[in-house]
Amino acid sequence: MNRAPKSRLPLYAFVIFAFATCAVPAEAHLNTTGMGPLYDGLMHFLMSPEDFLPVLALALLAGLRGAAYGRRALFTLPTAWLLGGLAGISAAARSGNALVSAAWFLLLGGLLAADAKLSLPVTTALAALLGLYHGYLNGTGMGQFETASVALLGLVFAVFVLVALAAAFVVRLHAHWARIAVRVAGSWIAASGLLMLGWAFRTR
Amino acid sequence: MMLVLLCAPSAFAHPQKGEAVGFLTGFRHPISGLDHVLAMVAVGLWGAQLGAPAIWLLPVAFPMVMAMGGMLGLMGVPLPGIEYGIAASAILLGAAVMFEVRPPLALAAILVGFFAIFHGHAHGTELPPGQSALLYSIGFVIATGCLHALGIGIGTVHRWAWGQKLLRVAGALVTVGGVFFLWKAIA
Repeated sequence: MNRAPKSRLPLYAFVIFAFATCAVPAEAHLNTTGMGPLYDGLMHFLMSPEDFLPVLALALLAGLRGAAYGRRALFTLPTAWLLGGLAGISAAARSGNALVSAAWFLLLGGLLAADAKLSLPVTTALAALLGLYHGYLNGTGMGQFETASVALLGLVFAVFVLVALAAAFVVRLHAHWARIAVRVAGSWIAASGLLMLGWAFRTR
Repeated sequence: MMLVLLCAPSAFAHPQKGEAVGFLTGFRHPISGLDHVLAMVAVGLWGAQLGAPAIWLLPVAFPMVMAMGGMLGLMGVPLPGIEYGIAASAILLGAAVMFEVRPPLALAAILVGFFAIFHGHAHGTELPPGQSALLYSIGFVIATGCLHALGIGIGTVHRWAWGQKLLRVAGALVTVGGVFFLWKAIA
């Protein structure tokens, strides 16, 4: 006569109960714990559209012009961002301006939408200026924290990865409609810049 | 459970500066009014009828000029007859699709841009308090672009004879909608 298989349910229940009694606090909310300064810096960039979108626009613009432009932006922008950030960390006060941020959206989004045929030195200068300005703003915001320089490194790493991915993605695009789609994205960034300009005037 | 899941609103468990709300409010804004939806989809339909380069030039021109109208609204610059302008945009753009009007590209872009100012101004005066202005703007622009893309997507049926007739019918429906909104604005 076959014996009914012994149920393992009590064993599972005991294991679950044991784990439940030993549970540590979840710390699921990074508002209080953070992710460590490096990842905090990285996430800050990814969660800040005012930083993210101009970088994306510049990377797409460089990608549309070709691999040489993409490579130049890839190294110029993060380097300038790092230098600007270090200057900002040691600066006394934050001096950001909503109008300037809106102007970056308008300029880079407009150039991308128009598929502007910029020369390599002009693209390099744009990347350097963008990096210095936004890096400086980030640095002044981080200056109050002891781990600011590590957070800045995380942020610069995120800039590097975004430029690499976005520029490389566009360099590979050959279909006419795909390049048009990239330019449409530029028009959206420029349009957001126009609205930002309106908000900036409204709050003055 | 399926029904409840389908009806579930966003959780917004961690509101920080109203950011998630700002994007979603901005995104919902252009698609919440049928008068706006009709005009924006009509731009896409017309672009698809006209073909390249209008198929991408018109949907690029509309958000840019609309944002300019939004900026004027935000800055408090008055614009008379906004509701009439919005209704007229649906009537004329719908008629352009219905009759498959083929003006010079510059004229089509000017027409689309002119009406975009009214749409932008109407949206630009509203931002619920406590929300991220930037994310609201981004959501607003993306939603507008998606409506154009919807129009272009529908407009791809233009390659077939039955599709051309269908687009003309769609244009007629947009015009009828515009007349309705004009009548509402006047009444």
